[in-house]
Parts: sequence; C-alpha cells; structure tokens
Amino acid sequence: MHHEHRFGFATRAIHAGTPPDPATGSRAAPIYQTAAYVFGSTEQAAELFALRSYGHIYSRISNPTVAAFEERMASLEGGLGAIAFSSGLAAQLCAVLSLAQAGDHLVCAQNVYGGTVTQLSVTVKRMGIETTFVSAENPDEARAAIGAGTKFVFVETIGNPSGVVADLAAFARVAHEAGVPLVVDNTFATPYLCRPIELGADIVLHSATKFINGHGTAIGGVLVESGKFPWGNGRFPLLDTPSPGYHGKVFTETFGEYAFLMRARAEVSRDVGAAMSPMDAWLMLLGLETLELRMDRHVRNARAVVDYLRSRPEVAWVREPEMGSVFTFGLRGGREAGQRFIDALELWSHLANIGDAKSLVIHPASTTHSQLSDEELRLAGVEPESIRLSVGLEDVDDLLWDLTNGLHAVSSFDCAQDDIG
Amino acid sequence: MILATPAQIRDLLARVHTVAMVGASSNPLRPSYTVFSYLRTQTPYDVTPINPTLTAIDGIEAYPTLAAYAQSRGAPDIVDVFRKPSEVVGVVNDAIAAGAKAIWFQYGVISDEAIALADRAGLDVVVDRCMKVEHARFRGGLSMNGLNSGLITSRRRAGGPLERD
Repeated sequence: MHHEHRFGFATRAIHAGTPPDPATGSRAAPIYQTAAYVFGSTEQAAELFALRSYGHIYSRISNPTVAAFEERMASLEGGLGAIAFSSGLAAQLCAVLSLAQAGDHLVCAQNVYGGTVTQLSVTVKRMGIETTFVSAENPDEARAAIGAGTKFVFVETIGNPSGVVADLAAFARVAHEAGVPLVVDNTFATPYLCRPIELGADIVLHSATKFINGHGTAIGGVLVESGKFPWGNGRFPLLDTPSPGYHGKVFTETFGEYAFLMRARAEVSRDVGAAMSPMDAWLMLLGLETLELRMDRHVRNARAVVDYLRSRPEVAWVREPEMGSVFTFGLRGGREAGQRFIDALELWSHLANIGDAKSLVIHPASTTHSQLSDEELRLAGVEPESIRLSVGLEDVDDLLWDLTNGLHAVSSFDCAQDDIG
Repeated sequence: MILATPAQIRDLLARVHTVAMVGASSNPLRPSYTVFSYLRTQTPYDVTPINPTLTAIDGIEAYPTLAAYAQSRGAPDIVDVFRKPSEVVGVVNDAIAAGAKAIWFQYGVISDEAIALADRAGLDVVVDRCMKVEHARFRGGLSMNGLNSGLITSRRRAGGPLERD
C-alpha cells in the first residue's frame, strides 16, 4: 500500500514539512514574512488561545515557514516534533527552562562547547539552577552526580572541540534508571551521521547555524523531542501539575505524549521570545536539502586533511575525528607556532564557526573557549596549542596547498630561529 | 478490524460523520473537552456528548447513554471513548447495540477484552490514539506546530471530507 512506504533520509531532507503550499500551490516553501495572522472568527481565536485548535497567532510563537523547518528536523531526527529558535543557545535555554526551576539541578558533560559551559555555570546558575560537570567518557560519573532534584543529563554527541564521541546509549541508560531524560547536542554529527533518539536520547538540540544551514548564512537553533519520555513520572512538576502560565492546565493530562512540546512552545518559548525568523528558517530548509551530499564530502575531505597533517614533521599530534569533519591538531612549537600557521593561511577562513561549505580554522583557547579557566580547558580537552579545523567542501588539493603554506611559515620561522640561536 | 496504519486511520476519518463521545466533559481543563471542542469547531463532524451527568456542552445536547442517542439520532458512525479501561467492555456492548460502525479508544483507554469484543463484532477499532491529533495530522494542524506528521507528498491538498467549510 502506498501510504505504508517509509521514505529515506535524503527524501525526507528535501520533502518533510514542505508539501506544496495549500494556499497557492507554490512548490518551494514560501517565506511567510508576517508578524501575525487574521483569525477566522472570535470563536476560532478563543480556541487557538486555549490550545484547543491548531493555527498561527503570532510569529514569536509559530510561523508557517519556521514550522516547515521544525517538522523537517523532527522527521530527520526521528522525533515527535521540534521547536526552532534564534540560536542554538536559545534552544538550550528553552530546554533548561522547560524542565528546571530555582533549586533544581542539571548534569552536564565537561567537554562541551565553551558557550554551553558558561550558560549553565554562570547565567543558569544565577537563576538558582546548579550544574554538576562530569566526564563525557565515563557514564558512571553522571550516575553518581544525579540527585533528587536533577532534571536532565546533557552531553554532546561529539565534544567541541575535543572530538570525544559520547556513548549515548550508556548515558541514556544511566539517565533513565534515575527517571531523568537525556538531552543531546547533535550539532557536530547532524542527524545524517547520528540520530541520538534511536540510541535512547529524549531531547536533541542543534546549533542549526552549522551543518544544517551549511553555508554560514544564518544563526539558528532547534530542539527536537522524542515523545517517549514519561513526563508524568513525578519528577517534573512543571509538566504534570497545574500550570499558572496556562489557566491551570496540566500538560501531561491534556496533551499526552505532546505534553513537553506543547508546553515548551506555548509557555516557555512564548515567554523567552527567541523565535527563529521566517527568512532564516527558509535558509535552513534550503541547507537541509543537501545535508547528505555535503556531509559525505565534509567527511571525505576531513579524512584527506587528517592523513596529510599526520605526514608532516611540523605537526605534533592530530586528534582524528571518530565522526564528522571538525577536529583539532597541535603544532610543534605550541601556541606561537599555531598563531604563525593561522596568519599564513590564504584559503582557510579564520573565524569562530563550524559546518560551513568553506573551510574554517580557529585557535579555541584564545577564542571560543577563552572564558574557561586553565582547569576547565584541560577538562574540555583543549590544549593551549590546539588548532580546530572545520573541513569544508572545496577541492581537497587546494585545502592541502594552503595548509602546506601555513606549515612552511612555521618551519621556516623555526629555521630562522635556529640560525640566530 | 483494528486500524493502525496512517492510511487506514485517514480513510476512517474521511468516511465517518456522526461522532458519539462517551465521557465528554464540560470542564475546559479536561482532555475530553479539548477534543470535543476541536471536533465541534474545527471539523465537519456532527459530534454529540454522551454523559448522564450533563444536559449539554457548548449548546450541543448531551444524551445519557448510547442507547438514548441511537433512539433519537440513529446509529452513530463512530463512538469516541474517554472512560477508564475497566469500564469500556460495557461501552463496547452499548456501541454494538447502538449500531456503531467504528469505535475509537483515546490515549490510555486500553482494554484487550474490549478491543477483541469490538473487533469480533465487526467494528473498525482504533486504540491509544487521539481523534483530534489524527484529524490534525491529515488536515495540516500538526505541521503548523512543528510536529512530525509523517506525511510526504508533492500533491496539493484539495478540499475533502476532513475539511470544514
């Protein structure tokens, strides 16, 4: 039967969430650049505000172009639904505020993006929510850190920039044994390389700015939920007791498996106000159409760059990526050699981003992770000399040509020093 | 027959018109009211509450029993059930006696005995799903909220039996 056919990843990356526009037949997803939507009647307006019917009210809460991107992400991650945000950190803050309040506790891997560490250890801590940071390589540390008030365990599929791939199934077991959900940042892997929900994760977060957008053209974030976690297990009063933000509604009772997503959108995202714009959602939709093609080439180019660096005497170490196309390496000569290397590059862009079609390079200790203490840097897997590469889609010969020039700048400097010495 | 695939459920939703909702509540915080109100205001269905403690919900006359509904309105196309699992064998017997063609057990209303009884009597049966959610899946409502409808199509959605004028 036609309707039982299961569509593959590439097909869903192109079609999910975007049937022809019902109003016009437009085959490309239209950019619904509007702030608000006219109600059909006063009765329909009341039904919408009471969450008894589906429809758009105001683009801070939902928008047709953004919804198309959300549904496509939910499809690709194998989730029940998704909510898009103006950035990955906004998506992450919404996950925190959907489940935790003052007095509560979170458990987070210590090798995560520096911005995540500061969001949790500074801003979220100020709201009275404490975070315990644990090893991403030892789920037993997470088990030991979970207490009565813990609301979730958070890990990155691939640590930024350490490259450590977390054992998501093991972390899911540890979290579920304690009755808490596993939240996974899947930015570096994308749902093409890894689908955390299939491994037991309950909430998946992305900085959509990276591989999902794929071209460095917009900032965005997205939260996907599996619909499988038992939110009524007694640990989540924000979901299973009457909500003062919604006329005393008990979300688990009214919405069943949709409880988390309905509350996260109707209450938390509504109040945080960090919505994705329709134009940016359209850029994300366009990016997703080529995700599979791009990821295959990102990984292939990264493989070639790793092999090349390993062959070079100027390179002290390479942390080969187990998955994906972002990794770090270190030069003999440490931090100073690294700066000379970056300054000599012509094609690789020196900037703070990853996942672009363009190849990117950065020195994390002085940039993305510069707010971290020396101890935090060590725990995050960032050495002072680490250089992070995000390998793009250019001709690999051109990438290697440029890296050769950079390495010559390092080795010729060393020779000059030897002469002086 | 137990209906489980998206196509089977979409076809069921397209062929029913009268809906008798057993256990419909007038309390706006109850899930059954949410579904009743959605079916009444957003779909073409003719939905009627079955609840002996109420006379009407939002101006729609309630009947105390499925038998009373059938006597006055004829056999319902589908009975939508919001009752405790332990009470639904009786509801199935009432639905069969009222001449219903289909029965829909809402989230958590799971009774193997009741399901088997309805199936053997030749009713179409849907289990542990929400009639509002499934209607919204095919009518575009889930997609408006960024929810995964599971639908992939390059055909333009035409007006049909699921649409309200």
